[in-house]
Amino acid sequence: MDTPAQPAPIASAHHEEPDNRMFGVTILLLSESMLFFVFFAAYVALRLTSPRWLPAGVDGLEVIRPAINTVVLVSSSFVIFFAEKALERNNLTLFRGLLLLTSAMGGYFLLGQAIEWRSLPFGLTTGQFGSTFYLLTGFHGLHVLVGILLQLGVFARSFVAGLYTPEKHFGLSAASLFWHFVDVIWLILFALLYLWQSPAVQG
Amino acid sequence: MVELSDGNLGSNKPHQPPANWRVYFSFSTDHKVIGIQYLVTSFIAYLFAGLFAMVIRGELMTPPSDLVDRSLYNGLFTMHGTLMIFGWIFPSLVGLSNYFVPLMIGARDMAFPRLNAVSFWMLPPAGLLLMAGFFVPGGAAQAGWWSYPPVSLQNPSGSLINGEAVWIVGVAIYGISSILGAVNFVATIFRLRAPGMTLFRMPIFVWTTLSAQIIQLFGIPSVTAAVVLLFFDLEFGTGFFNPAKGGDPILYQHLFWFYSHPAVYVMILPAFGIVSEVLPVFARKPLFGYKVVAISSIMIAALSFLVWAHHMFASGTPNWMRILFMITSMAIAVPTGIKVFSWTATIWGGKLRLTAAMHFAIGFVAMFLFAGITGVMLASVPVDIHVNNTYFVVGHFHYVVYAGTVSGIYAAIYYWFPKMTGRMLNENWGKIHFWLNFIGLNLLFIPMHQLGLLGMLRRVASYDPQYQPLNVVASIGGFLLGVSTLPFIFNVVISWTRGKRAVANPWRALGLEWTIPSPPPVENFAKIPVVTGMPYGYGLIEPTPAQPTASE
Repeated sequence: MDTPAQPAPIASAHHEEPDNRMFGVTILLLSESMLFFVFFAAYVALRLTSPRWLPAGVDGLEVIRPAINTVVLVSSSFVIFFAEKALERNNLTLFRGLLLLTSAMGGYFLLGQAIEWRSLPFGLTTGQFGSTFYLLTGFHGLHVLVGILLQLGVFARSFVAGLYTPEKHFGLSAASLFWHFVDVIWLILFALLYLWQSPAVQG
Repeated sequence: MVELSDGNLGSNKPHQPPANWRVYFSFSTDHKVIGIQYLVTSFIAYLFAGLFAMVIRGELMTPPSDLVDRSLYNGLFTMHGTLMIFGWIFPSLVGLSNYFVPLMIGARDMAFPRLNAVSFWMLPPAGLLLMAGFFVPGGAAQAGWWSYPPVSLQNPSGSLINGEAVWIVGVAIYGISSILGAVNFVATIFRLRAPGMTLFRMPIFVWTTLSAQIIQLFGIPSVTAAVVLLFFDLEFGTGFFNPAKGGDPILYQHLFWFYSHPAVYVMILPAFGIVSEVLPVFARKPLFGYKVVAISSIMIAALSFLVWAHHMFASGTPNWMRILFMITSMAIAVPTGIKVFSWTATIWGGKLRLTAAMHFAIGFVAMFLFAGITGVMLASVPVDIHVNNTYFVVGHFHYVVYAGTVSGIYAAIYYWFPKMTGRMLNENWGKIHFWLNFIGLNLLFIPMHQLGLLGMLRRVASYDPQYQPLNVVASIGGFLLGVSTLPFIFNVVISWTRGKRAVANPWRALGLEWTIPSPPPVENFAKIPVVTGMPYGYGLIEPTPAQPTASE
């Protein structure tokens, strides 16, 4: 038998402590990343086995505008990080401003996606290429939308006194972590869909 | 004390168990209420799925297809599989875990009580949706619970709302519910353990729940992705899996089995845990090799993700992959064997009390050994290619899931019923239930192995007359199983309303869940206990597993 170990920290009667909730959000995002990982795996598998990858009349995806979109989305990750820092310094005005800026950048990204979708010469059922493209970007776009809604929810709740303090702001931390997650997924997606193109990358 | 919304428990006074049955129909956040909600709901699904099985066995009494028409028969075996797995096995084990994991680790509730309630309340709609499949145009899904394309993409009715689509949505809802539940369990086990409850002092049931829920967390996204892609193929005419459009049906099999093989360990691991709890209590001996058993659960969880392609030995898998997966599949036998050894060594020379729960636990060990051996046979490529898609496979996994898991669930119910309801189950009826169940399942599943070796395919409604004698034996066993459920239901209903009052610790068991009154008060522990030893110190100087935090 083992000797009595050091007693663990006392589990308090308070259930949903912020750090427990952040732990929960983290493992939920791990599960989510598995979902995207499986979609990526399916994409790669289909791409490598498809006899004709590009549909007739399509010679790849335009890269420039999505690249600008990517830069905006990645920057917004930094913006929300600084929003959190501003709240920790108790600078509420800056925190709210940066949070709104993040949502605006996310909105710009979604709008860019929508414009791109409208301009593309292929549809959802145009072979594996079209199916995987719309599925992956659509699923990611859905996550971006959820992220924006979370940020707007945090923004609205920040006007309620006592909900967000410099020490305690679980909602913001969760929205921020989710946003970083969406960002990282997009980088992988961008590399797979836009940068890995055959024959040559379109200008 | 934090104000918690405690459903409709009326008062929040301690030692006030939910006496009101209405609480079970409310959005309660008490893990004990949710556990019982899970158990009862899943049992209803079990009865429906069992009813389908009775129809299937009735159909197979005679060689021609004469009892039900073929599309309905296909729908019946599809729904039997789906409801048994997603509607009964998963939720009932989650219900037991929900009830007992917080009690066993000394927590007041799960980490996220409201999320817990959300996880549960997703189940009834999902189950109703699956059942609704019988009433949509074209009838229920007919592609088996694997739902392989291109068969699942046929959609004979041509309508947008068809059995397959309903099946996909139902399974996806079950999946989301399970992921949320898994997050809850992992957070609970890692974050809410009582002081002194180190990882290697947790009961094995907590370990196996943890392993199973980790599998759920990382596996379910895969099957969710697979059925989402299938849904697009079915409803929007994409071509992910449709070979006619250049898709890859084998890809679906990979995505599906990448979760659905680990899923069978989700079904069996908590049952391992239950047996590891029950055997030491009724043998009055410590669990043999506790640490190794705990680690082997995690090993099974890790290995389970490396064996999925053994379901695809006959799908044109290249030889190098076959060999690889043959080796990994056989390797699973090692941690599993460790557990069987541990149980055998635990009851070796013990002072056995053959209660109903002990009957089911010993039955589990014997039957699971049989199931595991046929599993190793199936892992071998040549054997698998011979019996692929035959009744041998059906016999094997029914031994695992029915003779194994369901026996484990029954053992858990006989063992923990006093704790859950504050009343004792009738032991004699429990033993009658066990023997009917035991004889029935062996009559039903042993002939299946022989049928499979002779070449009878699974999922057929009509077969060659040479298979009839064995099928009749199996059907009789099946009906006996159906009958065996009756004493159990009556026993539970009558005991729950009028049974003998149970004391806090009727089996003289160790473990935190027995240190509190039966049924437990709303807050579980008047004071959070401090754990000072192992939960399996039987036969030694009776140690106390816990002590109150401070002097009263």
